[in-house]
Amino acid sequence: MHMPPLDPGILARRAEIVSALRAIVPGEGVIADDVGMKPYECDALSAYRQMPLVVVLPETVEQVSRILRYCQDHGVKVVPRGAGTSLSGGSMPVGDAILLGMSKFNRILEIDLPNRCARVQPGVTNLGISAAVEDDGFYYAPDPSSQIACSIGGNVAENSGGVHCLKYGLTTNNLLGIEMVLMNGEVVRLGGKHLDSEGYDLMGVMTGSEGLLGVVTEVTVRLLRKPATARAVLLGFPTEAGAADCVASVIAAGIIPGGMEMMDRDAVQCAEAYVGAGYPLDAEALLIVELDGPPVEVDHLIERVVAIARDKGASTVRVSTSEQERLLFWAGRKAAFPAVGQISPDYMCLDGSVPRRRLTEVLARMRELSRQHRLRVVNVFHAGDGNLHPLILFDANDADELRRAEEFGADILRLCVEVGGVLTGEHGVGIEKRDLMGVQFTQIDLDQQMRLKCAFDPDHLLNPGKVFPQLRRCAELGRLVVHHGKVPFPDIPRF
Amino acid sequence: MATVLRPRDAEELRRTVEWALNDGVPLAIEGRGSKRNYGPPSRSDHVVSLAAIEGVVEYQPEELVIAVKAGTPLREIEALLAQRRQMLAFEPPDLGAILGGAKGEGSLAGALMCNLAGPRRIAAGAARDHFLGFQGVNGRAERFKAGGRMVKNVTGYDLSKLMAGSLGTLAALDEVTVKIVPAPERVHTLLLVGLDDEAAIAALCAAMGSPHEVSGAAHLPATLAGRSGIDLVAQQGGAVTAIRVEGVAPSVEARLKALRAQFAPTAPAMEELHTMRSRQFWEEVRDATLVGDPASLLWRISCPPTEGPAVVAAIRQRRLDTEVQYDWSGGLIWLSLAPGDPATDDAAHVAVRGALMECGGHATLVRAPEAVRARVPVFQPRPPALAALSRRVKESFDPKGIFGTR
Ligand SMILES: Cc1cc2nc3c(=O)[nH]c(=O)nc-3n(C[C@H](O)[C@H](O)[C@H](O)COP(=O)(O)OP(=O)(O)OC[C@H]3O[C@@H](n4cnc5c(N)ncnc54)[C@H](O)[C@@H]3O)c2cc1C
Repeated sequence: MHMPPLDPGILARRAEIVSALRAIVPGEGVIADDVGMKPYECDALSAYRQMPLVVVLPETVEQVSRILRYCQDHGVKVVPRGAGTSLSGGSMPVGDAILLGMSKFNRILEIDLPNRCARVQPGVTNLGISAAVEDDGFYYAPDPSSQIACSIGGNVAENSGGVHCLKYGLTTNNLLGIEMVLMNGEVVRLGGKHLDSEGYDLMGVMTGSEGLLGVVTEVTVRLLRKPATARAVLLGFPTEAGAADCVASVIAAGIIPGGMEMMDRDAVQCAEAYVGAGYPLDAEALLIVELDGPPVEVDHLIERVVAIARDKGASTVRVSTSEQERLLFWAGRKAAFPAVGQISPDYMCLDGSVPRRRLTEVLARMRELSRQHRLRVVNVFHAGDGNLHPLILFDANDADELRRAEEFGADILRLCVEVGGVLTGEHGVGIEKRDLMGVQFTQIDLDQQMRLKCAFDPDHLLNPGKVFPQLRRCAELGRLVVHHGKVPFPDIPRF
Repeated sequence: MATVLRPRDAEELRRTVEWALNDGVPLAIEGRGSKRNYGPPSRSDHVVSLAAIEGVVEYQPEELVIAVKAGTPLREIEALLAQRRQMLAFEPPDLGAILGGAKGEGSLAGALMCNLAGPRRIAAGAARDHFLGFQGVNGRAERFKAGGRMVKNVTGYDLSKLMAGSLGTLAALDEVTVKIVPAPERVHTLLLVGLDDEAAIAALCAAMGSPHEVSGAAHLPATLAGRSGIDLVAQQGGAVTAIRVEGVAPSVEARLKALRAQFAPTAPAMEELHTMRSRQFWEEVRDATLVGDPASLLWRISCPPTEGPAVVAAIRQRRLDTEVQYDWSGGLIWLSLAPGDPATDDAAHVAVRGALMECGGHATLVRAPEAVRARVPVFQPRPPALAALSRRVKESFDPKGIFGTR
């Protein structure tokens, strides 16, 4: 993985930068020794590692503001970090950049149930929010599988999704407000407990901006009342096409399940061997469809889903009859990644999205690619919204396998774009898909996005080397040649 | 009168912008012109209408997305979706009537660019939440795209969000893709009759906090309820507080029953509207047609739901000639004020925005004579750091300011 060259001037000034940070964040908040910095050397895309220049863990908004201001004034780069669970290298350190860890911002500031919202600091974990309101019957809807560990600030930066986002939306659809600090140290509040923004929706653009535009220091999330009940159906199919057809038909029937997940044959075998969830081992594809809501509705819709599944040739149909059984159906799906970890030294988790109607074709072509690259691939995915998570099995200690895995991954993502899909559905671009951005976007598209970055971070100091294959200087991007009066008045209908 | 340019395709649109850029001519971008009177009056002599760039590009019902050319009439899209029992979840309001025009004239892109949403906003999100991707021309006369046709997509910055609500000041869009949802089989509404504002908003917030998946929560004080076109509402002779539940038949019935039981102890009386009358009622709420007379100034205020009555009370300390409609469980207030002399109109904006100082929120002057809209800040003024950032964002799309500011 190619990263921008380190700036020798910054490396030479390391001691000075460390002491400047110590003047802002006292005590143990600045970590400059190798042993202390080691835990920060990678995120969950652990094939790539890099030690940061120094780690700083601020505790107040004012400290964040002063750090960023200092970095802006002195041309020092900054990598924001939440819990470090990014799967795309979003929070991977950069050698000549400080790593700004937000883990000490871990307090829930306010819970306001009549207005159905909570105001929290960005280091609070995703699950921590739901846990705090659980006894009152509420929860925070987006549920990435990493929810025990990942931070809400990281969720905002990645616009994370989860199993239930088919019905309840991604992070961006569940936010009411944020507070953020700009690279120049200014603190800006967007939104609040009210709905919708005044002026440009800058909160919308911050969500999913992968730490490249500002540092989030507070988040107001929307809380939902927990559904009265939830039940799951386990459906085995003799063909992948049958399963994909069932997914399309459920949606065409006007049913939006709480979650609709698909696993291919290999994923089913791995998961079953690992947790024994009772999955049908003869199935070519497995669907888990979860319906949630009022009990009468759930019962009614389950009947309809089962009828559709039988019509599409399901060979196994099991409806959960207890909460315990529902959780068991999910246990295999939730353990799919570690289960795959049991059969391979390493795996790479991809994240493209494709139109649902192309699912079968995409799976077939992925197998073809698997033969070409001589590496196995296992598929687990959010079928309801066409978000694929192919897992490529390889051995990172074998340089040739790592290279082939990277190439295989890139081919799969190109395939996603080719069939009308996108490079990433929820994990972000980071460094992982950075060099593929040109597959989905033209240079004009990318230049426009980089110009937007310039509005927030004119010196490209925030999270450098991520998302954009090549960052062009703001002055160069801003240049505009105007041909005064050279273009004749166009021949456009006038009224 | 401004000259209206009507490009017929994306390339003509791009050439129009190129001409404007080279000659330094400011443009006002509009969809089909239904909201020409929304916002401060345009100072541009040239209007670019997208009305001729129309048509459905791609509609795959089972993918839950539709891509259309920007000027496609909203009415046509809604009719097409209805044929397949689908709809736009954000329930875009039709402001035609209250802005003094005809109904049903707007385009989808226009609705998106204003980021307006109807009663279902509280359950399903705003226009911006359903806006997945676009193609358009920036102020450098370059055609660019962002987002895509997928519901799940985090590739690159989410520029669709930025376009939603930008009122055509960042780019001229020629194609948009939005997410759609299945239309509910049943739409029922529980009416609580005779509650005062505070009791009503408390009831609505309780309903929103219940597990009954409420998708509309509005309160019409007695005067407004009396003007409803639905007899059952108009004849109550008191305030009407409305709670909507939608979905499959058995579920709607069960939830309505549970809500009835929940409010039986507090509501003086209850009624129900079933599917047809329910739809008609929520259209009245959505389009704010019952608030004030056509000559009144009309404000649209967003605040935390529980604060709604206090915000209204604070405004009434200064102005008594107001009528209000509460939507979004108290978080959206439509407020009318009788027109006055310039000094009174200017003072009104201080009164309305002052009432939001503590609880937070924003207020838009939706309807007012042109002279008032030219003088009073129509949109919520922003604090300095945010205003400066917004200006830089604007310049990143439109360095020469040819798309104007709002
Ligand atoms: C086992 C596993 C399962 C996962 N499952 C899912 C899933 O189901 N769905 C899904 O969407 N993702 C999933 N992820 C990915 C990951 O958990 C999410 O992207 C998560 O949101 C990252 O949060 P974090 O706190 O770990 O952020 P980090 O990894 O620390 O940072 C992620 C990005 O956010 C930026 N950032 C972090 N905090 C801030 C801040 N306060 N201000 C500005 N920028 C900030 C960083 O610079 C970086 O670019 C999974 C990861 C793992 C390891």
